[in-house]
Amino acid sequence: MLVYLFRRLVNVVFMLLVVAAVTFGIFFMVPKLTGTDPAMLYVGKIADKVAVEGIRHKMGLDKSIIEQFWLFLKGVFVGRDYNAGTDMTHCAAPCLGYSFKTEREVWPLLLNRVGVDFSLAAGACVLWLVFGTATGVVSALRRGTALDRLTMTVALAGVSLPMYFTGLVALAVFGHQLGWFPINYTDLADDPVAWFEGLVLPWVTLAFLYAATYARLSRATLLDVLGEDYIRTARAKGLKEPVVIGKHAMRSTLTPILTIFGMDLGGLLGGAVLTEKTFNLRGLGYEAVTSIQSSDLPVIMGVTLFAAFFIVMANLVVDLLYAVVDPRVRLT
Amino acid sequence: MTTPIETSGPASGAQPDGASTPEPPKKIEGRSPGRIAWSRLKRDKVALAGGAVVVLLILAAVFAPVLTALFGHPVDEPHPDQINPDLGLPKGAFGGISGDFLLGVDPTFGRDVFSRIVYGAQISLLVAFLAAALSVCIGVVMGIMAGYFGGWVDSAISRVMDVLLAFPQLLFSIALVSVMPNKLLGLGDTGVRVAVLVTVIGFFGWPYIGRIVRGQAMSLREREFVDAARSLGAGRAHILFRELLPNLTAPILVYATLIIPTNILNEAALSFLGAGVRPPTPSWGQMLSDAVGIYQADPTYMVVPGLAIFITVLAFNLFGDGLRDALDPKGN
Repeated sequence: MLVYLFRRLVNVVFMLLVVAAVTFGIFFMVPKLTGTDPAMLYVGKIADKVAVEGIRHKMGLDKSIIEQFWLFLKGVFVGRDYNAGTDMTHCAAPCLGYSFKTEREVWPLLLNRVGVDFSLAAGACVLWLVFGTATGVVSALRRGTALDRLTMTVALAGVSLPMYFTGLVALAVFGHQLGWFPINYTDLADDPVAWFEGLVLPWVTLAFLYAATYARLSRATLLDVLGEDYIRTARAKGLKEPVVIGKHAMRSTLTPILTIFGMDLGGLLGGAVLTEKTFNLRGLGYEAVTSIQSSDLPVIMGVTLFAAFFIVMANLVVDLLYAVVDPRVRLT
Repeated sequence: MTTPIETSGPASGAQPDGASTPEPPKKIEGRSPGRIAWSRLKRDKVALAGGAVVVLLILAAVFAPVLTALFGHPVDEPHPDQINPDLGLPKGAFGGISGDFLLGVDPTFGRDVFSRIVYGAQISLLVAFLAAALSVCIGVVMGIMAGYFGGWVDSAISRVMDVLLAFPQLLFSIALVSVMPNKLLGLGDTGVRVAVLVTVIGFFGWPYIGRIVRGQAMSLREREFVDAARSLGAGRAHILFRELLPNLTAPILVYATLIIPTNILNEAALSFLGAGVRPPTPSWGQMLSDAVGIYQADPTYMVVPGLAIFITVLAFNLFGDGLRDALDPKGN
């Protein structure tokens, strides 16, 4: 178990390194190809040569790409000093560099934004996991009935709808026309009630999209599982149907659901770009899009790493949960 | 590379489990699995309806110039007389829908929405099909190699797939599109954007197909017909692509059909975020993005492209689901 955990953690670090290297490589090489100068981006268009050279030296942009990447990694783990003679800045331990645009540290900027995504994901994931899986299970148990056909039709429609479209419709109808829900986001710390009300529409819209996928998946998986020999054995030895379904069939049905749940949740925490744009939320996704539009490479890099970190960690947690849920899985 | 020996591969076409009879010298008499699947598909009215809509959409996209000449106006032609100059919105009710403008006009310019939807279908379907083709090509080659060779080849390829799945694709895609030059390799603006969209969507899509093909190839390599081919002196390439591949056509076909609607949604999402083809070239996601600010005043302009995406994706999903059920050897 401990050995397994250690191996997986090494794997996590490896994955993050690869993602970092690829992102770094691409987004620090591309300006060279397109002929834009990162140092110029820090200083602004109407800067004199001396200032640009000063910044280039201070930010280490005059070093080779390998050296820059090394300094970046070192910054993440032990912090980093930007040094240009008398002008010295220290960037503390998880240092992701400075934004080209605002010249502020990237790490606190992202920490500030991630709260929105946590709020968004927390509510939505409970909704979709409970409703999606429950719908799928009921459908599978009532296979072929009108209820099954109805829910599966709705689920198919759900996976075919772009979420920004359903989101806009929800905003137009429930936000503006009926006025049931506020259309802006309030921080949890400021006003918990307003926080909750403001997030109802994003939660429901997002959860509907995911619930459709989960309903389809859990229905198909449960139907497969119900055909397995061990279910027949459980029934043959006289177990009651709720026990057969609840204790035997559900365990292996949950395994694939957990798999995509890990990926989906990790993906959401790292920035729900579409949801954020539709509902005008200012989370990591918003930060990413604005930084991309202004070619703010350090911020792009930071968001990408944040997002990858959440996905990889969510997958790790899910893999550990497998052993709890599915008795056939042993962590070795 | 060894020269492939003249052996006839295990039958042709969609044959999900043609392995029980190793190397049939001539076509199997009676109902081939392909024919069984076709007769099942013919009975599935919903899937056929989906397929019919898909065919219609493809025809509409191909004959876009003819359609707009018959029922619409040139795609970029402004009609200021249709626009209320004070609001910048269509004069007529429901987004200016009339006998002359079947789906209304767009705000500000008063361009024919019908024409823009039809031309948007061109971009949407072109990107979706090409990206699916790219995903299938990479996914099949990688998956078949990982599954057949196992060992370090499998570890390496699986690791690459893990990293790709951990990559924040949407952010990465927007970032990549934003740094691409407008002209590249003799392609124009739209050409470059389409090429980038296809590359990005297709490249991030291959691990999904790769995983499925890998799993199938792993079980197929233990079958007798592979041993038989090897004992006859067949080379690796021959076994991979002439023995294994024909047995994988069914799952590949199904996932290719089901990855197309995902690609359509991805293309629309990227266009929605401003990373799709650049205006004035129309695309559905871009129209929805334009509708964000004005959906209260002009809801038609939001509903029309939203429904276009929904109907297209739903049709592909219905057809893909039906195809999967028809090709499932366990189905009845």
